[in-house]
Amino acid sequence: MTDPKPVLRLRDIVKTFPGVRALDGVSFDVRAGEVHALMGENGAGKSTLMKVLGGVLAPNEGQIFIGEDPVVMTSPKQAKAMGVMFIHQELSLADELSVAENIFLGELPLKSFGRVDWDKLYADTDRILETLNVGFDAKTRVGDLSIANQQMVEIGRALTVDPRAVIFDEPTASLTDAEKVVLFNVIADLQARGVGIIYISHRMEEIFKITDRISVLRDGQYSGTLNTAETNEDEVTQLMIGRSLDLSRNASHHQMGNVALEVRGLSCGRLFEDVSFDVRQGEVLGFYGLVGAGRTEIAETIFGLRTPSAGQILLNGQEVQITSPIDAIKLGISLVPEDRKDQGLVLGMNCKDNMSLPQVGRLTKGPFVSQGAEIAIFDKYRDKLDIRTPGWRQAVGNLSGGNQQKIVIGKWLSMQPEVLIVDEPTRGIDVGSKSEIHNLIRDLAAQGFAVIVISSEMPEVLHVSDRIVAMFAGRVMREFTSEEVTEDNLIQAISGIKEQGPAGHAAASHGIGQDKALT
Amino acid sequence: MTIMTKQHVVTFVAKQGILIAFVLFMVGFAIANQRFIAMDNILGVVRSSAIIGVMALGVTFVVIGGNLDLSVGSMMSFSTIVVLDLHDKVGPAMAIPIMFALTLLLGAFIGFLVGYLKLNSLIVTLGMLSAIHGLTLTWSGGQNMDIADKSGTWFSFFGQDRLLGIPVPILVFGLLAVVLSLLLSKTAFGRQVYAVGGNGQAATFSGIPRARIVFLTYLVSSFCVATAGLLQASRSLGSQNTVGQGLELTVLAAVILGGASLLGGSGTVFKTVIGVLILGFIQNGLLLVGLDFYVQYMVTWAIIILAVWLDVAAKRGRLWSPIA
Ligand SMILES: Nc1ncnc2c1ncn2[C@@H]1O[C@H](COP(=O)(O)OP(=O)(O)OP(=O)(O)O)[C@@H](O)[C@H]1O
Ligand SMILES: [Mg+2]
Repeated sequence: MTDPKPVLRLRDIVKTFPGVRALDGVSFDVRAGEVHALMGENGAGKSTLMKVLGGVLAPNEGQIFIGEDPVVMTSPKQAKAMGVMFIHQELSLADELSVAENIFLGELPLKSFGRVDWDKLYADTDRILETLNVGFDAKTRVGDLSIANQQMVEIGRALTVDPRAVIFDEPTASLTDAEKVVLFNVIADLQARGVGIIYISHRMEEIFKITDRISVLRDGQYSGTLNTAETNEDEVTQLMIGRSLDLSRNASHHQMGNVALEVRGLSCGRLFEDVSFDVRQGEVLGFYGLVGAGRTEIAETIFGLRTPSAGQILLNGQEVQITSPIDAIKLGISLVPEDRKDQGLVLGMNCKDNMSLPQVGRLTKGPFVSQGAEIAIFDKYRDKLDIRTPGWRQAVGNLSGGNQQKIVIGKWLSMQPEVLIVDEPTRGIDVGSKSEIHNLIRDLAAQGFAVIVISSEMPEVLHVSDRIVAMFAGRVMREFTSEEVTEDNLIQAISGIKEQGPAGHAAASHGIGQDKALT
Repeated sequence: MTIMTKQHVVTFVAKQGILIAFVLFMVGFAIANQRFIAMDNILGVVRSSAIIGVMALGVTFVVIGGNLDLSVGSMMSFSTIVVLDLHDKVGPAMAIPIMFALTLLLGAFIGFLVGYLKLNSLIVTLGMLSAIHGLTLTWSGGQNMDIADKSGTWFSFFGQDRLLGIPVPILVFGLLAVVLSLLLSKTAFGRQVYAVGGNGQAATFSGIPRARIVFLTYLVSSFCVATAGLLQASRSLGSQNTVGQGLELTVLAAVILGGASLLGGSGTVFKTVIGVLILGFIQNGLLLVGLDFYVQYMVTWAIIILAVWLDVAAKRGRLWSPIA
């Protein structure tokens, strides 16, 4: 203990769920004015530990100290009253309410007779929104905001009181780079005021940029704390998964087949216009752009969830009409959607049922679903994707965020699609599994599948793609081959700046090979 | 939602929450009145629960699919009146299939409105509750419906006879429960019902034809209602236009008591059967204890609340708690 003043301490916390020992005697502390990273693989127990601290879950054993005083957290409200603010991994906003009501939920400012003091509410909210530097106001309905903006509202909640400690559970999973900068400023600000910050993330760059110390959990146990300034990614990874990662993998150059999917002049209202591209069998096509550039909408249109206003979709050279996901699935298209909670999973259903859902009608023996066939699929992808769950009976809602994402990926891989579209495939996934999924995408391509990867993470797009389509405001700005793409010209293209010349200009020293090493 | 999220190990305990409550009531009533646990009384209760039970089986599908069906009581009156009327006009062998067809048509209409037109099921079925009542009155001209020759028809078989010593309504209820339980838990259709009710958007993204699945749940429900109407008509061989009035709430109570969530996505046929039996035995017990008929209504509801509370408490591991 170099610093005598931890703002809070957790001692020997044990938390079990039926069949899972999620936390097995974990101790952890946060000092005033530090940013303390909490890392670990998917399912290591990070969110659970923070829920114990935030009064969401009651621990089976162990103690919590705030300052020097032992406390028993019985509710999130109490945790808040003690100055512990918690920004959850899964958004928990009321869609129908305004931004202001969400931020001050449960503690709306009141006038006499219990009337809400709307003026004060909106004024207070606008002050918070100002520090967050967002483009919407206090009266906006939360349901109308993008996921990224909803995340900012969630963050705004932590700024309503003078907190002693703030927990951020994967806050950047759906933020753009610009929004991240704002978030990091907010964190720096809190830090300067002496607030202790707990920061959970799977993104190494961020961890090394903003944190002071890194604590690692592994399988529900504490596995060590490192000073950020004195360590490196490799050491952290070692602590997390017990081995180093081999990231040097090059894009395996294999034969590409015929054009599997071609899109010609596709438009959908103002969401995107005149989009054309193709993907070959054996190719990975990356889509890069800012949130709102129209990438997800293109994927949804190809998958039959939106009706195009113009243009054609061709599969293996034949024009096809896709009016619903049922058509798309029949034609061999899979879509791993952007939002796992709303679009990807039925949280109350068990792991096996979720995974086999799109093909449950096919897995029948006589009139009944063959449980054996379902379990075989589940087991295969559990091993392939390293999904951590006590068994297929577990409800998906009880899995850690990253493991939920893996269920969605397994669900669509198991369809053996000809064209696989993945939208933000590694959101919330730990470093080890992330490189596994990248390898898997490359392997699928090598087996002759056509893959489209939509991602807001530049290293990811650069790492897995054979070609990259850069989008801006609903239009394709430029297409890059992996030889010509650089970080700089990619950023230019997605910001809507017209390119100055052919690909080989000066900035090319920042080549794709180098970016791969960064991943 | 908690009903599904802590599945298995905990649902096991949770199921026992309801069962424990059930056993407590039974023991209490049995002490108060010996007759309560006599075999003929038990068979009597199950038999008189059969009609409610059959309807509850169908409503289970609708509720798991994320919707409500408040029209089942009024629809059951319709089926009963129609089959009784046709009995004398075209004979029982024709009356039964025609009644089934007409009832299924009503179910299909509701299923179309809720599934394909995506109208709110509460509004649609509440509206259908009175619309079907009007239809029934139009059919009967407001008169009670009676079979002319009550002793000379084989039609009474379904409601009054026994097979292998067991009353036919109990057999019908049991058989339907087994078949529908298999349909819900073992077939692709059943799985899709859970998915649509659990998360409709995710179901769409998985290529599940949401509208058709919802439509089909109402067909299942109306099939069950037709069966209940048959049992009712066959038992009494004559009926008022309002025979099913108010049953929609009892049916819904049984389904919820069994543990299905009104939000959709959870529940099972087996649990619904338990819910039906609990309700039946509570009412019978109160009757035997000699409670006034009007007081019974209130006590029944108090007991339902108590049972559901015990259920939730068992799931949480304590009687009251703000957090999980
Ligand atoms: N309500 C619950 N019921 C049963 N098991 C649970 C529940 N909540 C969490 N778990 C289990 O506890 C373990 C730890 O989960 P937790 O969410 O803390 O992981 P995490 O470290 O936050 O992972 P991720 O990086 O994927 O978010 C996992 O195995 C998970 O399945
Ligand atoms: Mg987590």
